[in-house]
Amino acid sequence: MSTVSLLATDAASDLVCASAPAANDDSSRAAKKPLRFLTAGSVDDGKSTLIGRLLLDSRAILADQLDALKAKAGGGQPIDLSLLTDGLEAEREQGITIDVAYRYFATRERKFIIADAPGHEQYTRNMVTAAAGSDAAVVLVDVTKLDLGAKPLVLLPQTRRHALLAQLLRVPHIVFAVNKLDAVADPGAAFARVRDALAEFAVHAGFAPAGIVPISALRGDNVSRAGNIEGYDGPTLLALLEQLPDEVAAVGTSLVPVQYIGGVGGEAGIGHRSRVLWGRVARGAVAVGDTLAVFPSGEQARVAELHAADGRVERVAAGRSAGIVLDRQLDVSRGDWLAAPGSHAPTTSFRATLAWLDTEPAIVGRRYWLRHGNRWLQGRIAAIESRLDVDTLAAHEAHALGVNDIGEVLFETQQPVPIERFADDRVAGALLVVDPATNRTSGALLVREALSS
Amino acid sequence: MNAPTPIDRLLLPEFDVAQLDALEEEAIFILRETAAAFERPALLFSGGKDSCVVLHLAQKAFKLAGAPEARLPFPLLHVDTGHNFPEVIEFRDRIVAELGEQLIVAHLEDSMARGTVRLASPDESRNGHQSVTLMEAVDAHRFDVLIGGARRDEEKARAKERILSHRDSFGQWQPKNQRPELWTLFNTRLKPGEHMRSFPISNWTELDVWLYLQRERIALPSLYYSHPREVVRRRGLLVPMTAVTSPAPGETIETVDVRFRTVGDMTCTCPVESLAANAAEVVGETISVTVSERGATRMDDRTSDASMERRKKEGYF
Repeated sequence: MSTVSLLATDAASDLVCASAPAANDDSSRAAKKPLRFLTAGSVDDGKSTLIGRLLLDSRAILADQLDALKAKAGGGQPIDLSLLTDGLEAEREQGITIDVAYRYFATRERKFIIADAPGHEQYTRNMVTAAAGSDAAVVLVDVTKLDLGAKPLVLLPQTRRHALLAQLLRVPHIVFAVNKLDAVADPGAAFARVRDALAEFAVHAGFAPAGIVPISALRGDNVSRAGNIEGYDGPTLLALLEQLPDEVAAVGTSLVPVQYIGGVGGEAGIGHRSRVLWGRVARGAVAVGDTLAVFPSGEQARVAELHAADGRVERVAAGRSAGIVLDRQLDVSRGDWLAAPGSHAPTTSFRATLAWLDTEPAIVGRRYWLRHGNRWLQGRIAAIESRLDVDTLAAHEAHALGVNDIGEVLFETQQPVPIERFADDRVAGALLVVDPATNRTSGALLVREALSS
Repeated sequence: MNAPTPIDRLLLPEFDVAQLDALEEEAIFILRETAAAFERPALLFSGGKDSCVVLHLAQKAFKLAGAPEARLPFPLLHVDTGHNFPEVIEFRDRIVAELGEQLIVAHLEDSMARGTVRLASPDESRNGHQSVTLMEAVDAHRFDVLIGGARRDEEKARAKERILSHRDSFGQWQPKNQRPELWTLFNTRLKPGEHMRSFPISNWTELDVWLYLQRERIALPSLYYSHPREVVRRRGLLVPMTAVTSPAPGETIETVDVRFRTVGDMTCTCPVESLAANAAEVVGETISVTVSERGATRMDDRTSDASMERRKKEGYF
């Protein structure tokens, strides 16, 4: 046998730990990390119904929860899947999602984490929150809201906005789900027109969609089981998500933000006992014997020992935490960076995209707290250059940014920081902006280019 | 070996090392972040399975394999309602002694003696009052972050919880005023009197927890596995008969093979019928389970769809 079925209760006692050969025999199935994806759609696009459908079909909905839904629907009525994702009392009162909620389900292939982003227009900040850290974005397109006879077919502003925000935040995979095809007269023709418009839009926006899937969340067509849409023979939405590749760990020179200093290593005969510098490798890989430079001190040392959660290792790649013991005693603190020597050029001045999340508007010249990697430092907006039209990402001249605005700014920091372009490095290229008076998270900076300081 | 049973492809994952490793990496990252960013953390440890997982992850995060240090960089904290199952308290004390950790126990009965907790009646569930004792312990020890084993999949109100969740000086959660959490750039800044909750296993499900307990061979209190117990059947639940629970008129006590899916206050935590004698067998059952963890086992969560959210606003974990 090639796999161990977890379902067979009589096989349960045969279950062995995850490293058992049985799990590795089937080379056709590469192990994949859990996929975190956000769902973006506007009110009534059927987003809650889609999530409810995924949870229901994957049996993440259990009998007591289903009974509650049936009771609400009343005898004989179809259950309202959107009720499954209703969370807080306040939002039940308002009838809209007001915050990012996380949902979980799993298939035999993969574990999924849904970041349920709100649809209401004023909540761009939640869309940004959900997109940051997601592996994929599923953008819902409500086919019933489109004028299918128009030439050319015009996409809704929110469809463009959701996709463009996902692209701006470098979500690795963007998928369009064309929904409510059960509600149009000729689903095949309707899908073909919408698909062509989406494909053309993506070309102009500069990204390649990971898929465009025709679905009916209400009926379950092409969500987890194939539905009949004339002219579409691609995978279901779920099959597509199962097969999305893990994001390739950033290649390039090694870079580690020091997160925590603890433990005592150095048993490997380096002549002294030394603290272990823990950090998640942001880029490249770290191996025993590598020479690393400490930022900001500039001192260099070689990696004498590497630790992982389960013991000593020779190499740790991007995305995993490494415990680094250097071959000589250096003054290293949380917030410092360990990097391949000469691989970064620190600056105090950069141009960035700023997503503003706070109800207090951004103030030019005011000092804010910034978090870059594991370091807190101060900085200020030197100038606001433009505000982006979130429906098109076109820049319009502007000198103020309010809540839910996204703009281009010139930024200055009090100390040099080893930044990178966000497009190249999502760790070294991102900074958090925190209001020093309220401690609220006010904005997110995505570095566009370093300026010589 | 048994032949694989043909099953619906939508039924839950093959045991996949990449999934658990990713969850472990995330949890350990959050634990180190919490220890580094705050001055006085405490790890909430009740002996329940989720807190056992977090304690195990903390051992991995802070003690080098093969060269364990004396202690974690923070103490353990337990709010004891006085209505805990004796097996769980015995287990708690044994594990703490084995690991050499420091345990602080905050007693709800001390809050009752102080008058800060008053029960409406002697047999009222003490669960809802734990938040008072917890906040008193936070004040007494000046903790600025509490690490807990809450998971987002447990209940609808928890689905929107942050990994690092900000609480005001009354310990209250403000669901509409949460800090956006972007990438792993956690906003750890606090004002005096405020504190945080840190949830390293936010993204784990009940099944993930059992798979991990099995893989890592983590010890649990005996009542998580099948054992005969005196219960009565009440509104679809098996109510355990203990020192503080008794049958209502007309109910008959019977002895049933049961296990607990959660452990909490004896007055409101119910077991399920089960013959699962080890973690692997619980995994098998968890996959075919049809009733949610809280729905099956918590009497107090049944009273209102929003009961968890309400208690959370009041500072309950």
